[in-house]
Amino acid sequence: MNLVKKTNAAAFCRLTPKKVNSPSLMAVFIAACRREWQLQVRRKGDLINPLVFFALVVVLFPLGVSPTAEILAPVAPGVLWVAALLAVLMSLDALFRPDLQDGSLEQLLVCGYPAAPLSLAKVLVHWLLSCVPLVLLAPLLGVMLYLPFQAQGVLMLSLLLGSLTLSLVGAIGAALTTGLGKSGVLMTLLVLPFYMPVLIFGTGAMQAAIGGHTALAHLALLGALALVALVLSPWAIAAALRIAVSGE
Amino acid sequence: MIKTSAKSVPALLSARKLACVRDERLLFSGLNFDLHAGELLQLEGPNGAGKTSLMRLLAGLLPFSEGELVWQGQPIAVCREAFYQSMLFIGHLAGIKAELTPLENLYWFAALEGIDDEALLEQALRQVGLAGYEDHPCHQLSAGQKRRVALARLTFTQRPVWLLDEPFTALDKAAVAAVEQLLIAHSQAGGAVILTSHHALEELPGLKKLSLGDLL
Repeated sequence: MNLVKKTNAAAFCRLTPKKVNSPSLMAVFIAACRREWQLQVRRKGDLINPLVFFALVVVLFPLGVSPTAEILAPVAPGVLWVAALLAVLMSLDALFRPDLQDGSLEQLLVCGYPAAPLSLAKVLVHWLLSCVPLVLLAPLLGVMLYLPFQAQGVLMLSLLLGSLTLSLVGAIGAALTTGLGKSGVLMTLLVLPFYMPVLIFGTGAMQAAIGGHTALAHLALLGALALVALVLSPWAIAAALRIAVSGE
Repeated sequence: MIKTSAKSVPALLSARKLACVRDERLLFSGLNFDLHAGELLQLEGPNGAGKTSLMRLLAGLLPFSEGELVWQGQPIAVCREAFYQSMLFIGHLAGIKAELTPLENLYWFAALEGIDDEALLEQALRQVGLAGYEDHPCHQLSAGQKRRVALARLTFTQRPVWLLDEPFTALDKAAVAAVEQLLIAHSQAGGAVILTSHHALEELPGLKKLSLGDLL
C-alpha cells in the first residue's frame, strides 16, 4: 500500500476520454438498469426473503385449515394472491432506503437527467428479480392447494400483470416513507388501499378460469392498471424521492 | 483560458440575494456571489452556518426560499437541465455502493457523461491509488479509500462546475495534496469549483472565499 501511495503522491492527473458525447436518456436508463441489476443480484437475502415468505404462507395454510381438496380448492386463488401481494409489499419496503443512506439518491437527483425514468429503472429491475421468480413459483404452490390445471396459466398471467402494478404503486409508498427510519406499518397503510383493485381483479380472473369462463376481461383490466401505473407512478416516485432527500 | 478578466465575461454561476430557511430557522439571507471560469470558491463558516445547506441548495436538492440563481446569464428556472448536466456534486455521502466494486461504481458515473471506456476507468482508479482494488466490493475498503473512489470521478469528468462538500474528509495528506493539484488543473482548464473545507487552501491560485457565518 505504501508503495502505491508514494508513486501517486504527486497528483491525480486529469484523464481525457477518447470520445465524449452527451448520452441519450435511453443510454442512461440502460446504464441505470445495469447498475441496479448488479446491485440487487448481490443482495441475495433480499431476493430470497419474499419467495420464502410466499412459499411458507401457502405451505402452512393447509396445515392450519385442512388438507382436503374440498376446502382448499375454493380458497386457493385468494390464498395465493394474498400471499403474493404481501410478499411483494414486504420486498418493497427497503427499495430506496439504502440509496438514501449512502448518497446514491442525491446523485440520482443531481445527475442532470430526469429522476422519473431512472427511478423507473430501479423498480423494473426489482420487479424482474423479485416478482418474476414469484410468478414462476406460484404454479407449484397452486398444485399444493388443488388449483385446477386450467387456472394455472391465468394464475401466472394475472400475477405477472398484477405484481407490476403492485411494485410500481408500492414504490410510491416506499419512496414517501424513505426518509423515516423504520416505516413498515406506515407504508403498508398508505399503499394497501391501492392494492385492493389488483387483488379483486386478480382473484376474479382466477375464479373465472376455475368456473370455466374466460378470464380475459379481468386480465385486460389488470393490464390496463399496469399500464396506467407504468406511465404515472414514476413521476410520483420521483417527486416523493425529492421530498425524502430535501428532508435530510 | 486562465482567469479571463472577470468583468467582461458573464459569470458561470451567480447567486442573487439567496436565502435559505431550514426547520423555521434562517440559515442565511441576502447571499450574493459570482463564480467565473477558473475560480475556486471556498465556503467558510462555523459548524451549522449553512455551508452544506448552500451546497445542497446549489445542487438543486433543497429549495431556496428567496433569491435567484443565474447560470451563464440565464435564470436557473429556464435552463435547469443544462445546468445540472454541467455540474458535478459530491456530498458528504458520495453515493458509492458498498456492494459494487470501485470499477462498477465508476461505470455508472461515467455512463452519465457518455463515457464507456473501461481502460480509462481503470486508469482513473490507478490514479487515485486504488490499483489492485478494482474487483473488491467497496464494503471491504476503508473510509478514505471509498472517498478516493468518489474522487476518481474528478479525474475523468467533463463537467465544468464542481460542487464538493468536504472533499478532503478521511483522506491522507498525500491524497489531499493530489486533490488540490486536481482542483488547480481543473480551474486552469477553465472549470470552476465551489467547495467547503476546513483545510487551509490559501496557496491555490484563483481562490475566493465566501464567509457564511457573518452574513446575518
